[in-house]
Amino acid sequence: MPLWKPDPTFYASPRDAVSAPPEKLAYVAAFDPTSQGPDAVLVLDADPDSAAYGSVVGRTELPNTGDELHHMGWNACSSALCPYAPHPHVERRYLVVPGLRSSRMYFVDVKKNPTSPEIAKILEPDELSKRAGYSRPHTVHCGPEGLYVASLGGANGHDGPGGIALLDHDSFEVLGRWEVDRGPQHLAYDAWWHIAHDVLVTSEWGTPSMIEDGVVGELLLGRRYGHAIHFWDMRKRRHVQRVDLGDQHQMALELRPAHDPTKQYGFVNVVVSVEDLSSSIWVWHRENGAKDGPWTATKVITIPAEPAPESALPPVIQPFGAVPPLVTDIDLSVDDRWLYVSCWGTGELKRYDVSDPFHPVEAGSVRIGGIVNRTPHPSAPDVPLSGGPQMVEVSRDGRRVYVTNSLYRSWDDQFYPDGVGAWMAKLDSSEAGFGFDPRFFPNGDDFGGLRVHQTRLQGGDASSDSYCYP
Amino acid sequence: MTDGSLAALVALGAFHGLNPAMGWLFAVARGLQERSRTRVLEALPAIAAGHAASVGAVALLLTLTRSVVAAQAVAVVGGVALVAFGLWRLLSKRHFRWVGMRLSLRQLAGWSFLMSSAHGAGLMLLPVITASGSAQGLAHAHGLGHAAGSAVSAAVFVTGVHTLAMFVTAGVIALLVYDVLGLTVLRRAWLDLDRVWAVALVGAGAFALATV
Repeated sequence: MPLWKPDPTFYASPRDAVSAPPEKLAYVAAFDPTSQGPDAVLVLDADPDSAAYGSVVGRTELPNTGDELHHMGWNACSSALCPYAPHPHVERRYLVVPGLRSSRMYFVDVKKNPTSPEIAKILEPDELSKRAGYSRPHTVHCGPEGLYVASLGGANGHDGPGGIALLDHDSFEVLGRWEVDRGPQHLAYDAWWHIAHDVLVTSEWGTPSMIEDGVVGELLLGRRYGHAIHFWDMRKRRHVQRVDLGDQHQMALELRPAHDPTKQYGFVNVVVSVEDLSSSIWVWHRENGAKDGPWTATKVITIPAEPAPESALPPVIQPFGAVPPLVTDIDLSVDDRWLYVSCWGTGELKRYDVSDPFHPVEAGSVRIGGIVNRTPHPSAPDVPLSGGPQMVEVSRDGRRVYVTNSLYRSWDDQFYPDGVGAWMAKLDSSEAGFGFDPRFFPNGDDFGGLRVHQTRLQGGDASSDSYCYP
Repeated sequence: MTDGSLAALVALGAFHGLNPAMGWLFAVARGLQERSRTRVLEALPAIAAGHAASVGAVALLLTLTRSVVAAQAVAVVGGVALVAFGLWRLLSKRHFRWVGMRLSLRQLAGWSFLMSSAHGAGLMLLPVITASGSAQGLAHAHGLGHAAGSAVSAAVFVTGVHTLAMFVTAGVIALLVYDVLGLTVLRRAWLDLDRVWAVALVGAGAFALATV
């Protein structure tokens, strides 16, 4: 049923969104690492006043196996208020949940019963391949005129190119391939936009054959994984420019554009440099700070590898004698002030003040997990932890930060061969600093044998919504 | 033209001006993006022009038809069209889709034309024009002679009054929101006017049919 007033979770501007009430529930994409049982959307209690705070209070199992849930998105978000295609009387109601391995997509109703989501629709893999020519759906973003689903792979016998499928946001049918002219773009991963500038940005990981059985050493050392970002004309759906970060910078993944729609910059993380195993964060921007014209990218953060004895390293990185930080996710607070950086290899979550995006200032760091360190959580100081901070999500008000520890099934097994485990942690963040909330640490059996990947917060979060007004 | 139909024309224009989806919100967005009131102001005529083109096309069609077809037939066909369009707007979840914030003023006028047309903005002129007597009657008031010419002048008059009301309302609200209220007001005050409009279309169509 349409609403008479705009959905209360929609905000015109990031300034308004910061005043959003705290989330009471968190939704987490979880998958069965054996592929024998079903994956699930888990519901976590995030209300500190609740007796069940920090525990799994809901679990919606999916009717198939081997989906490998990964990222999720909303059917509608604040972009519904955008002036050119306004429709704010729809509900933010469905989580769009792609299976990264199966290419199946689920639409899960979280409104009817928020702690017991119901599957409203299933889109079988052939819908995506037949209508859009893509597979391995990954990122979902709610645009004012449809759902954008960035997909890693091609279809119908083709490994690539990956690209964006456009879905109708009412019927959830696949409308088709988004790109009219893809230019040199072949590899895909993330997609997001500068919505008020009609600019779409995409990043690069690899095609399914390059990633599904784990990272391939020859491809990595041969510098064959993605190392560029692409800029597109969102109206014409045409490729505009490819910005190469340099082929030593392997895997350019998460795109975090400024939420302020008047700005044209954003952050992207590079997982690993094949020269020194460092990770890096880049800011993309127009050349010379102009309003139009060519794009470029500047490296603003470098996080070095940490030396480690060979015996402490898994075979995949043993020859290097160091543990790479492996920055696999970053997240930008809605006020564009703080950038959170997950170092999945070294087991560290860093926070940077990016008020000046070109000169980030480190403003806090916590250690948890890590290939070598195995740092425990403060509330269970005797339990060494596998995995590291991976997907990181920030609440709209910027005060709470959630992290989960799984990257991707086959990669988990390579970097944490003795078991990546499963845990989720929450941190409180303020001007003064940030640190773990000792009361929020669901782990291990709490997840019923599943690994946990992305978190989506009830009502929206820092990476779910875009705004058309400053 | 009766006072009642004139008032109805103005009210319809004001209603369209009030609706954020019909353009003032776009004008405000353009202003906020560049922190410039000039951008708000220059957008409004373009939006009004697009609206006028959409409404004017319907008005012309109606007045020309009325000048050659029996009033009864126009009322019946028009009434059915109104009810059908209103029901479709009411029951369909589809909304106007467009991609792009950075439009030239010409493109903005085009956007406004399409938005108004998808909304059926001109359709409500049917009961107004039907109620205002024959096209000749309308035209005599303006001192014009033959049927086609009078139909055109009637359409221009109707469109002009309607658009002026729309333009003034949209302009006042745009400036009020830009300078005083801010966009937080949207969360509280943006009623689903499209649904109100759909119901009104159905009602007006039904009324036209009932009074044939």
